[in-house]
Amino acid sequence: MRLNAWLQDHRRVKKSRDYNFAFINEAAKREIRRKILKAVAIPGYQVPFASPELPVARGWGTGGLQLTLSLIGPEDILKVIDQGCDGSVNAVNIKKFVGQVTGVSTTTDTRQATIIQTRHRIPEEAMTRDQILVLQVPFPEALRTVEPSEAETRRMHGEADYSQMWLYLYEDIVKYGEISIGARYPVTVNGRYIMDPSPIPRWDIPKLHLAETLFLFGAGREKRIYAIPPHTRVEPLEFEDEKFRVEDFPGQACQRCGSSATFLDEIIDEASGARTYLCSDTSHCDKILAQQEEKEVRSCK
Amino acid sequence: MMQQWQPVLTIKDLTKIYGGGCPRCLEVTGPEFETNICCHCGAVVACGQVSFELYPAEVLGIVGESGSGKSTVVRLLYFDYDSSGGEIYFHNAAVSANPQVKLPQTDENLLTLNSFQKRQLRHACLGMVYQNPHLGLRMAVSSGGNIAERLIMAGCRHIGQMRGRSADLLAKTEIPVQRLDEPPRNFSGGMRQRVQIAKALSNNPVILFLDEVTTGLDLSVQARVLDLIRQLQSEFHLTVIVVSHDLGVIRLLTSRTMVMKCGRVVESGLTDQILEDPQHPYTQLLVSSQL
Ligand SMILES: Nc1ncnc2c1ncn2[C@@H]1O[C@H](COP(=O)(O)OP(=O)(O)O)[C@@H](O)[C@H]1O
Ligand SMILES: [Mg+2]
Ligand SMILES: [Zn+2]
Ligand SMILES: [Zn+2]
Repeated sequence: MRLNAWLQDHRRVKKSRDYNFAFINEAAKREIRRKILKAVAIPGYQVPFASPELPVARGWGTGGLQLTLSLIGPEDILKVIDQGCDGSVNAVNIKKFVGQVTGVSTTTDTRQATIIQTRHRIPEEAMTRDQILVLQVPFPEALRTVEPSEAETRRMHGEADYSQMWLYLYEDIVKYGEISIGARYPVTVNGRYIMDPSPIPRWDIPKLHLAETLFLFGAGREKRIYAIPPHTRVEPLEFEDEKFRVEDFPGQACQRCGSSATFLDEIIDEASGARTYLCSDTSHCDKILAQQEEKEVRSCK
Repeated sequence: MMQQWQPVLTIKDLTKIYGGGCPRCLEVTGPEFETNICCHCGAVVACGQVSFELYPAEVLGIVGESGSGKSTVVRLLYFDYDSSGGEIYFHNAAVSANPQVKLPQTDENLLTLNSFQKRQLRHACLGMVYQNPHLGLRMAVSSGGNIAERLIMAGCRHIGQMRGRSADLLAKTEIPVQRLDEPPRNFSGGMRQRVQIAKALSNNPVILFLDEVTTGLDLSVQARVLDLIRQLQSEFHLTVIVVSHDLGVIRLLTSRTMVMKCGRVVESGLTDQILEDPQHPYTQLLVSSQL
C-alpha cells in the first residue's frame, strides 16, 4: 500500500523532473555492477556493497531489487515471483515499480524472461545462459546458525574452517535421525565457500549445480551480494553415509495440472482438514494445464 | 636408538607479558624479586624466558604455586595465546604425524606461523585437557559430537566412522558407550575430564597437554583419572606435559619435572631427584611443605 502511494506521488513528480532510468543513479549502479563482477569472480563469497536507498523498506526484497535495477536495460523482459507465485502482492508491486521506472515489459513465462527476480523459489523450468536469476536474501550468512560473531564467521570463511557447521549437521542427525534443515540448506560453492542459498526449499538446490544460468543473491538489509556463475559446482553439505535428499511428496500430485514432478504446496482445508496439493510454481502449472487443454482440443478434432 | 634422543619440541626463551611491557620487564621480575610484576611499567610477566626440550614418549611435569605461569606455558604451546617472544621448534622427523597436513619445517619457529597454520598444526598434532571442562568441551553438544568435531577437522565426513571412533575413545576413557549422545553438561566432574581426554586423544596427538586435570575433583575420582592417564600413556607411548601444583600428581605421572616460580623455571631435572634432593630453596620449601 505504501509503495502504491509512493508510485502515485512519484508519477506526479515525474512530470516536472525526470528520474534516472531504473531509478538508481548511474554511479551507484556502476558501483553495484562492480560488486557483482567481484561476486562472480569469487563464487559464493559475500561481497559488501553500499545498498542505495529505494522507496521500499529494507527486508522487502531491496537487495534483489538493487541488483535487478542495476542490471536491467530497456530491452529486458522481467519476471518477478514470490514463493513461486507471479501474482502475489509483493511480486506484483516489485514488477509494477520496475516497470514504472524502466518501461520494460514484464512476463510470467519463465522461458521469455531475461531477468527473473525471486523470493524463496527457483522456477521449475530449466533456465538458459541468456537469463539471470536474482534471488532476494534475508540472511546472507550461512554460518550465523553456529556462530553469532561477524568477525569469527569472517575468519571461518577465510580459513575455510567449517567444522562448526559440520558439527551442527552431525548433532542434527544424532537428535533427529536426519538433517532437519528445510529451506536455506547450506551448500559448498566451487569447492570453497559455504553459502546460504536463500530460503529456497531443498527441492531447488540441485538446480544451482552446474547450471547454465547466472545466479545473483542480494541482501539489502545486511548489504551483501554473492553469486553463482554458470557451470559452477554447488554441493549441499552431506555425509558419506547421510546423503542430502530433496523433499518428496509420496503419492501426491498437483490438484490442478496433475503433475507429480514439481515442488508442491500443501493446502489444508480448515473446515474439513483435508489436504490437497498444488504446484508452488504457478506459471509452470498454468503452462502444463494449457498444454493438456491443447492436446485435448487436438484429440477432439 | 639415536632417534629417541632427538627432542620432539625445543622451546627457547618463551615469554608472555600482559600489559604494554617495557625494555626492563624481564630484568626486574622473577623469583629473586619475588614478583612477576614489572615495577617500571606494571606489566605482568606471566612467563619469562622459559627454555626446555621435550622428548618422545616422555612425561614432563611443570609444578609450582598458583600464578607461577604453568598454564601460560602450555597454553602458549597449544597456541591458545599469542606469545610476547621466544621460539618453538617442532622436530617432526621424530614423529609420525597426520599426512594430510603440511607440517612446518624443523627449523621454522612455530610462533611465526599464521593463525591458520597454527590451528592446522594443533588439530593434526596436539591435544589439550583443561582444568575447566568448559574450555575444552561444548557443554550442550553430545559427547560423541565433541569428539567428532576433531575428526571433522581432520577431514572425516562419515557419521558411522565418527560414531565408531567416538565410542571406542569413550570406552577407553571408561565412559559407558550408551552415553555417547548425551551432552557433557549432564556429567559429573570426573566424567567431563574423561570426555576431554577422549577428545584430546581423538587425533592421535603427537603431544598431549594436561593442565591441572584432576584439580578440584574428589580424591577417589582423582585417583581413577590419574590411573587412566597412566594407563593410556603406557599403552600409546604418549608424549605428555603435565601441569599441576600438586607434587603427588607430578610424582605419580612424570619422569622429568620443571619447577616454576614467578613466571620463571627455577629448577628442572628427573622427578625423583627433584623430590629427593631439591636444589633451589623454593623447591625445598615446596617439597618439605607437601611431604
Ligand atoms: N589475561 C591475563 N591478564 C593479566 N594477567 C594474567 C592473565 N592471565 C594470567 N595472568 C597472570 O599470569 C600469571 C601466570 O598465570 P598462570 O599461567 O595461569 O599461572 P598458573 O597456571 O601457574 O596458576 C599470574 O600472575 C596471572 O595472574
Ligand atoms: Mg593454571
Ligand atoms: Zn500444477
Ligand atoms: Zn616493564
